[in-house]
Amino acid sequence: MGAWLAWIPLLPLLSSLTLLLLGRRLDERGAALFGVGSVALAALLSLVAILLFVVSDGTAWGGQALSWFSALGLEVGFSLYFDGLTAVMVGVITGVGLLIHLYSVAYMSGDDGFARFFAYLNLFVAMMLILVLAGDFLLLYLGWEGVGLCSFLLIGFWYRVPENGYAARKAFVVTRVGDVALALGLLILVQQFGTLLIQDSVGQAQLLWADSDWPFWVALLLLGGAVGKSAQLPLQTWLPDAMAGPTPVSALIHAATMVTAGVYLIARTQGIFLLAPDVLQLVQLVGGLTLFLAACSALVQQDLKRILAYSTISQIGYMFFALGAGAFSAAVFHLMTHAFFKALLFLAAGQVILSLHHEQDIRRMGGLLRPMPFSALCFAIGCAALAALPFTSGFYSKDAILLQAYAHGGAGIAWWLALAGAGVTALYSLRLFVRLFLGECHTAPTPDNRWPMRWPLALLCLLALFGALIPQPLSDVFVSVPAGEQHVSWAVHLAVLLMPWLGLALGLWLLLRGEDLRRRFAGGILARVWRTGWGFDALYNALLVQPLSLLARLNRRDLLDLPVGFLAWLSRTCHQGLSRLQNGRLRQYVAGIVWGALLVLAVVL
Amino acid sequence: MLIWLLLVPVLAAVLMPVAEGWRRDGSRWLSLVALGLQALLLLPLGSDGGTWWLESRTDWLPLLGIGWHLGLDGLSYLLLWLTVALGIVSVLISWREIRQRVAFFHCNLLLSVAGIVGVFLALDLFLFFVFWELMLIPMVLLIAIWGHDNRHYAATKFFIFTQASSLLMLIAILGLAFAHRAQTGVISFDRDDLLQLQLSPVLAHWLMLGFFVAFAVKLPMVPLHTWLPDAHTEAPTAGSVMLAAILLKTGAYGLLRFSLPLFPEASAAFAPVAMTLGVLGILYGAKLAFAQHDMKRLVAYTSVSHMGFVLLGIYALNGMALQGAVMQMLAHGFSTAALFIVVGMLYERWHTRDLRQLGGLWTRLPRLSGFTMLFALASLGLPGLANFVAEFLILAGAFQRTWPLTAVAALGLVGAALYSLLLVQRSLWGAAKPAAGAPDCSRREWLVLGALALALVWFGLHPQPVLELVREPLLRVLDAPLAHSGVELSSSWLSLRGRGL
Repeated sequence: MGAWLAWIPLLPLLSSLTLLLLGRRLDERGAALFGVGSVALAALLSLVAILLFVVSDGTAWGGQALSWFSALGLEVGFSLYFDGLTAVMVGVITGVGLLIHLYSVAYMSGDDGFARFFAYLNLFVAMMLILVLAGDFLLLYLGWEGVGLCSFLLIGFWYRVPENGYAARKAFVVTRVGDVALALGLLILVQQFGTLLIQDSVGQAQLLWADSDWPFWVALLLLGGAVGKSAQLPLQTWLPDAMAGPTPVSALIHAATMVTAGVYLIARTQGIFLLAPDVLQLVQLVGGLTLFLAACSALVQQDLKRILAYSTISQIGYMFFALGAGAFSAAVFHLMTHAFFKALLFLAAGQVILSLHHEQDIRRMGGLLRPMPFSALCFAIGCAALAALPFTSGFYSKDAILLQAYAHGGAGIAWWLALAGAGVTALYSLRLFVRLFLGECHTAPTPDNRWPMRWPLALLCLLALFGALIPQPLSDVFVSVPAGEQHVSWAVHLAVLLMPWLGLALGLWLLLRGEDLRRRFAGGILARVWRTGWGFDALYNALLVQPLSLLARLNRRDLLDLPVGFLAWLSRTCHQGLSRLQNGRLRQYVAGIVWGALLVLAVVL
Repeated sequence: MLIWLLLVPVLAAVLMPVAEGWRRDGSRWLSLVALGLQALLLLPLGSDGGTWWLESRTDWLPLLGIGWHLGLDGLSYLLLWLTVALGIVSVLISWREIRQRVAFFHCNLLLSVAGIVGVFLALDLFLFFVFWELMLIPMVLLIAIWGHDNRHYAATKFFIFTQASSLLMLIAILGLAFAHRAQTGVISFDRDDLLQLQLSPVLAHWLMLGFFVAFAVKLPMVPLHTWLPDAHTEAPTAGSVMLAAILLKTGAYGLLRFSLPLFPEASAAFAPVAMTLGVLGILYGAKLAFAQHDMKRLVAYTSVSHMGFVLLGIYALNGMALQGAVMQMLAHGFSTAALFIVVGMLYERWHTRDLRQLGGLWTRLPRLSGFTMLFALASLGLPGLANFVAEFLILAGAFQRTWPLTAVAALGLVGAALYSLLLVQRSLWGAAKPAAGAPDCSRREWLVLGALALALVWFGLHPQPVLELVREPLLRVLDAPLAHSGVELSSSWLSLRGRGL
């Protein structure tokens, strides 16, 4: 069982290679056929796999496939593993991925890098599928770095603009810091267990590491990898800049799938994290802080895509918060619903941006409701789900997170932050919608009636509304965490239910008082701090980037070469000095002999 | 059989003027034929289960205990293939670049190949030294005659560095030979004889250092690396390829073949120092690469960083790390050679290597840019390409010895991302700066770059043949101390840990 599963990532991979090698000879239609067709086939296969998995008794499929290498003391294979968690991830990746591919055909039409775009996008899907299907940590790492590469290539897709290249490099380097942590975690597993098979090493950890420090270190290092990829504190700074890529890329990679890889990693290694309660606490705190700080930042951004980027950071913060609180399945649930509504928001934003001739500044938007009713509808649904208004998918998942977290650990700092964050989320969702669609229309948008772009959006609307109904076969995946003794009282229920409305009410009140939300939140020092993402960029710039590049500049010529140069200089100088003595003047020779003789005599006597 | 591996390039080198007179490009074709013949000679070889696949021993100067002792095992076999493959690549990429004294150029190239082949085969230390020197002279000439503007400085520096360090090795070799006479009454330079020596710890330590310095200069190890950026940058492309892909490997090979087996305890005691220097090289090389404007110099410094991994892996002294080190030798041979070739191709088109004048090449040369991207990614250690397997095995092996040092070494992965992506961003992306009209890859260039790319992907996904090939030789390196001194390696390591490593 399971060998054919390899075709799920292989199909997009092969298509990507074809597009890379032959892309210049294909017209747009041919490139789209490969690009979309391969993902569609992969989606079909995934659907078959998921259905087969669900109707079978729910035991995980796994098995040794081809060997990658077997060194002295370490064997690594291209082994796959498929359980309920994989099923959810594969479904999201191929499902949302397919819709975004379809949308991209229209969005990227006319770009001279059309085939290259689909080559990279297919490669991304392949790598992401490898990441979630991997049964071996090293194969997971291959997918992990592979999606990072695709993210790099796609952020810098419009490579002629230098800023895009810078953003791409920043994204890769910052996430690589996390990757190093992850790699070190894997090194510990190699040293301790001599295997990198995920299930084996997690199982062995549970057997052998009951009371040792190892789980702490491994979990901490895995968390390091996760915060890098998922743009959580303190490695969150790359994601807002990553919006330089084409909008479908932001939707697929920087909202729906890749950035949730960290959540997947922690969920996958639940067994190790449960052994390290301290780290689990840390996960919760990281999530709580990130979600709140990023939500505040989202409140004051002027760039449409940056609002959504900070919102993504914040929503993934919720997932981390849930993981840390022990609400693993709620985290994965939110991962799925977030993929739906955030992809919807990004794609709708792409439609708006395209209609406004690549305008992204919300200060120059407004009043788009009449010219673009369909986009407005998409945004309305997306924002409602983001704000967790009742009966949208986001409502169910966020409720699940807050209530389960409360049940497990009561109301700690992180929980209060998460609750407050729900209000701020509603507030910035409202602001986003109002700024875009109400008020006066300053611009002359081209109509948003391209059907190839509308179809995927319509489907995503449905998913954002009703996606919560999709059942998740997670019951056998997670060890149920001993539920806390906390009784979830009706007050907590009510608070969680009302918080988004509170945010909305605050927003409406400000709106009705005629105060411009922007001015309200855009002036002042706090707003400036928020807009720059709490100054992390400046901090890292001052602490790391500047000193390192200064050091590099100072030592460009390699100080260690100086001693060598000195030796060369010394011998040349001696050579010149001595050769000057041998000048053929008899007088000086005689003088030299006399003085020398006198010196010798003086010494002797 | 083994002698033919040596004789073919030498004979071809001698015949070079004849070939050049015979027809245009005759010397190029003759070089290809010679290297092809070597490949044919290598093809049927295989292990018969013994230590050496092939061994030949003839007296040379029996009075001095010097013999013509050659031997081939998996390790040398792998490196011979690397030599032949990159030799062919060197000939191909010089097709348009080298226009003057073509015959003499190829004569030097093949003599250098002959010297390197000898180094990988010699089992008599005196003979080894002869080959060690033999490969050096033609290489210096390659730099000094066909190099770029500052070639004389670079060639002299390269010559003095290697010469001075190999003098130390010569002293150490003589020391070993005399120690053998002191113990047995007979002088001998044969590796097999010298392996049986019982040396006092102090003497072993100093002799080991003599070998180590010579090999570390070649590797190169920080702080003895400063010849490398100059030599690589000023050499013609073929010279850079030979230097980076093969010549540097002789240093690592020397450590594995001679330094570790001859002085197991001294090496084990020295390992913490060597590993620290390796880690220093990884980070220092990365930092210097990051700062360069000259694309070729940037690639040269990445060599320092990558070979730091080799040093770390070798002195981690366990199977995983040693296999990783050999893998890294191979991977670095392909990826760095490929990057040097790319720089050479760009120079051929626009006569500049300055990253400030390049930029936007993706607009101008999409195919060559695609290759450059792949090679840069290999250099940063992307999984799926050969360098990743190597670096992971080295780190995994070294981690079992010393976790703090390995954690620092792993930061080199961030450094690699920094310089590789900076290279991509500054040369391939941005506004197109160089003039339009330069042709994209020709068929010959496509062949060379495609082959190197294929090798990197192939060994990245299927490194097993390489690991298999060197497994036995490396296990013998590790077993050596147990075999002839009875001291367990692990016990000396325990004491190392006590000292904080």
